Amino acid sequence: MSEDQRSVTETVAAAVRAVPYAAFLGVEVAFNGDEMTAILPYAPHLIGNPLLPAIHGGVLGAFMELTAIAQLSVLHPHSRQPRSIDVSVEYLRTGRPVTTYARATVKKIGRRVANVHVEAWQDQRDAPIAFLRAHFLLGAVAAQT
Amino acid sequence: MTHTPADDPDWLQNLAKTMNQGSPQAVALGMRTLEIGGGRVIMTVPYREDLVGDTVTGVIAGGVVTTLLDHSCGQSVYAALPHPTTIATLDLRIDYMRRSQPGRDIFVAAHCYRLTQSIAFVRAVAYDVSADDPVATAQAAFMLNASAGRPPGANLKPPASQSQKAGL
Repeated sequence: MSEDQRSVTETVAAAVRAVPYAAFLGVEVAFNGDEMTAILPYAPHLIGNPLLPAIHGGVLGAFMELTAIAQLSVLHPHSRQPRSIDVSVEYLRTGRPVTTYARATVKKIGRRVANVHVEAWQDQRDAPIAFLRAHFLLGAVAAQT
Repeated sequence: MTHTPADDPDWLQNLAKTMNQGSPQAVALGMRTLEIGGGRVIMTVPYREDLVGDTVTGVIAGGVVTTLLDHSCGQSVYAALPHPTTIATLDLRIDYMRRSQPGRDIFVAAHCYRLTQSIAFVRAVAYDVSADDPVATAQAAFMLNASAGRPPGANLKPPASQSQKAGL
């Protein structure tokens, strides 16, 4: 990893830690080179349905949204936080009371808008529990509003 | 007109209480139901600094709105169902119109407008001052009888692996 890359990943990790809501959920980020994995360790307050028990669907959506925002800041480390335009979450399996992981793929990044897909999984990478597709308004434009 | 649990104000109040106080995440966010009935709910999450998503603006995180939307949409399904059953979110699509104002509580008005044999369809609006000036609008679909006989605690066991399911 180059020095530049290392400083980017440190900047992003620090930026994620500095978001109060990310700390409320307990979100962490890990890097392998420039590939980022977001990690949501299990915690009792994440549970939505205590009977199964299952992680709250909203928490999974929120976690994937944070993953997308963090991935965009890897590409644009010093711009303002991107703003969500629209977000679509698809739930495939219930979130069990274990660690959840997510990775984001930036499908298109234009001057003003980025399209990002996120996949979340738990024990098995080949059995994703949820997907997120989202558009974000990028920092340059957000700064004018 | 057939009398169903969803017609009974006491049953609905109790449902809201169970769904909010019985859900650790709803408790953690301080969710409350302000109105419930006829397939509609109005719910709120009070503003808190530890729920902020961008320290530059002080605006509450989009994820909080996402979670309140999911929870309210689910609760509106229970407020519409003639016979309560387990439900699970299939998909949730959110359009963000504008930022909420820093310091403002978030509200969601959700309406379960259609039930079929196996699916519930819901629309919702998130706002901070007035529902006429939304922060976000959402559309959700829920599976009905989602647990399909799975007992409580089913999620504590690890799932069968994909290769096992494929018979490999």
